[in-house]
Amino acid sequence: MNQFITAVLTSLSTGAIYALMSIALVLVWRSTRVINFAQAGQAILTTYIGYEVVTRSGSYWIGLICAVISGALLGAGIDRFFMRPIFKRVNSGPIVMIAPVVATLALLGIIQAIIGFIWGLSYQTIEAPISTGGLTIFGSIVAFSPFNLMVLIAVTLSMISLTILFQKTNIGLALRASAYAPEIAKLSGIRVDAVRTLGWALAGAAGGLAGMLYIPGSNLYPNAMDVLLVFGFIAAVIGGLDSLFGAVAGAMILGFAVNFSASYISYKLVFPTAFLILIVVLLIKPKGVFSSGKSRSA
Amino acid sequence: MSLVVENLTIDHGAIRAISNVSFKVPEGQLAAIIGANGAGKTTLLRTLSGLKEAVSGGATWNGESILDKKPEDLARSGIMHVSDGKSVIAELSVKENLALTGLWRKDKKDVAAATAEVVELFPILGQRMAQTAGSLSGGERQMLAIGRSLIARPKLLLLDEPSLGLAPLIVEQIFQSIKDLVKRLNLTVVLVEQNAMGALKIANEGIVLSLGSVVAVDSAQTLLNDPAVRAAYLGF
Amino acid sequence: MLKLSAPRKRLFGFILLGWALLLISDRIDELRQYQGAFVAMYTLAIASIILLTGYSGQLSLGHSALMAVGAYAGALSVNNFKLHPVIALIMAALVAGIFGLLLGYAAARLSGPYLAGTTLALAVSLPTIANQFPVLGGEQGLAFDIGTAPTRLGEDFSQYQWFFWISCLSALIMIWFLVNLLNSRYGRQFRALRDNPTAAQLAGINIGRQKALAFSLSAGIAGLSGGLLVMLISGVSPSAFPLSLSFLLLAGAVVTGVYSLKGVIIGALVLVAIPEIAESVVSRIGGSEGFTTSLPGFMVSSLLILAVLFAPNGPGHLLHKKKHLKH
Repeated sequence: MNQFITAVLTSLSTGAIYALMSIALVLVWRSTRVINFAQAGQAILTTYIGYEVVTRSGSYWIGLICAVISGALLGAGIDRFFMRPIFKRVNSGPIVMIAPVVATLALLGIIQAIIGFIWGLSYQTIEAPISTGGLTIFGSIVAFSPFNLMVLIAVTLSMISLTILFQKTNIGLALRASAYAPEIAKLSGIRVDAVRTLGWALAGAAGGLAGMLYIPGSNLYPNAMDVLLVFGFIAAVIGGLDSLFGAVAGAMILGFAVNFSASYISYKLVFPTAFLILIVVLLIKPKGVFSSGKSRSA
Repeated sequence: MSLVVENLTIDHGAIRAISNVSFKVPEGQLAAIIGANGAGKTTLLRTLSGLKEAVSGGATWNGESILDKKPEDLARSGIMHVSDGKSVIAELSVKENLALTGLWRKDKKDVAAATAEVVELFPILGQRMAQTAGSLSGGERQMLAIGRSLIARPKLLLLDEPSLGLAPLIVEQIFQSIKDLVKRLNLTVVLVEQNAMGALKIANEGIVLSLGSVVAVDSAQTLLNDPAVRAAYLGF
Repeated sequence: MLKLSAPRKRLFGFILLGWALLLISDRIDELRQYQGAFVAMYTLAIASIILLTGYSGQLSLGHSALMAVGAYAGALSVNNFKLHPVIALIMAALVAGIFGLLLGYAAARLSGPYLAGTTLALAVSLPTIANQFPVLGGEQGLAFDIGTAPTRLGEDFSQYQWFFWISCLSALIMIWFLVNLLNSRYGRQFRALRDNPTAAQLAGINIGRQKALAFSLSAGIAGLSGGLLVMLISGVSPSAFPLSLSFLLLAGAVVTGVYSLKGVIIGALVLVAIPEIAESVVSRIGGSEGFTTSLPGFMVSSLLILAVLFAPNGPGHLLHKKKHLKH
């Protein structure tokens, strides 16, 4: 029973972190139709920035805020000064299809290399602001800590705010319109380029938050978030790349599947399990479990 | 305030879609551009609304050049391009579609007033506010597209084949609405149509495009009675 | 004068190249022989990417996993099934090819980012399976010994030269085969897939099957290169096939020009040269451990971005453009 409760709770908290990454990926996908592989690099870089702030100021919370803000700025900067020129320059020939993907992959490599230059490759740590010891539930200690709970709450709040932003505000409408039909949005007077940069900023902020919530339970090194990228992407695909709600739901499904298989079968099969789920979803429900049924082509 | 197009040349990929086209549309007038498929009509409109670049030539509205501007800036300065029925965002609701042209406007009261006017003009939209635009019929979508453009209180309206794919009765309705709007709001309209008869009937002036060049410019009435035009485009 | 057809000319060219390599191998030192073998191996791997992405338009980030499949198949053939090393290499290609066929049918239904992400997940998850099954050697992996050169070649014939010969021969044969294939009707069909799938379908081409075939072929070639890699490092383990290998191959392909096999060797040379260049940079200007380890990755990524921005269709086209501008 204890094992079951532990598995459920850890699934919730890992699922929550996957959710942040998959939200970031979906945000960029919806606004630019690009899978931003550099997301992992952006997130880890902003986490390093957060780490520096935490180390110097002694406060996790200030570090967290700095990470989120720098994530937004970095995301906006990458769209404005990197992706836009690329889209402008590469607009003919078969390279058009793979250029953005290749560009984000290359950017990931560059960011990770720069991190290596500045901070080196050794493991760093960020101390969690609250206890990471197990909570006591029903008299026994469970592998779920107040920090895990905080992660869960933070992600839930983020998701709620993002949903409100998208569905109930003018900016959100502009974001959605620009993602669905950029030409019609332009003809309606919406500054689609600026809106898209905002989408990237939001994604960057989500990534920064993900990093600061993930690293305290793990170690900080340049490739620390590569795994999250893979899982975040799988989660986004499971949920249907066009839906924020799907991103979160997919992340939860993945979190549960991965944790339960690790707990009950073997921790070595974490990746193959994730891959299996991905293949199954893509073969059976290619539109994603929760998508609105739009076509899958890029 | 008039639209002046001078020696406009536009390429579409490797093809010269428009060659040296010139025409003028005075304020408050409706000009119909007719021609067969592939004559370059859509390319022309897309260049006037900033979606495409011209190779050479000029186009001015109100004395100012419109060729080097971005589509969103042109839209904000009163030039609205309504492409055919695909011009609504299917995933958004009718209400949200209508709101698109008001998002950037500061005078929210006027946006509300304009929206109310559009609903009065096309009552069916009022009934379908919460539905997704994708669930509307072809005619309703066209009304939605036109209505949305009107909320921005445009001065120049570029309409691209509003009758495409619509039933004759609906087409009548829409053409009549366009004619009324021109009169009531003193709009300047460039109406591109394959439905030459319907377009010429409501237009002041007609421009006939063939393979990218202007082959005839005259008052709509004259063109309607011209035997060559009748044979080529009006079917009798 | 003999009137040679294009295929005959090609064959002649390859034989000539092979003979030149043979001569070169005698004149270079062991380090260069070893590096040369790596170049040949990378050439094959990059060619597999060019086939899949450049010709049939499917982007794969999973080729490190495909190489791993071939590598393990080769190692198992020699260790467990006691097959001759050359047969082992063939098995590497075959097993990877079959795996690629299955994967290809699934992949055929996926487009763009979905395919990229799925292959990414494959690259990350496949090597870890080795940890689960003891027969695959777990984390330490399996050993692989291609054996020494036949005594006929003399006592001075180094192991590295033997590696060089085997790699180059495999690469030459495979690339010659590939070039002929791509110049045939199959090549045109693949390109149709990439450029205009609808038209291709209307022309009667079975999209799903063609895509799967391209994938299978690409996987087979990658598998062979995996087998070669295993030979060169005398063993196979999960850590020899990280995700970054996939990225490296993609980078090599884009830098050379992913849409044509011409100049594929350049990409391989770049990949092998960069670590050396990085080393000499570090020895000259010094740097921390972090700098040293990260520099090669930085160089590859920067090169890739420059390639995308300035020579998206390969450096060959860039020269072409310049020529045209001059006139």
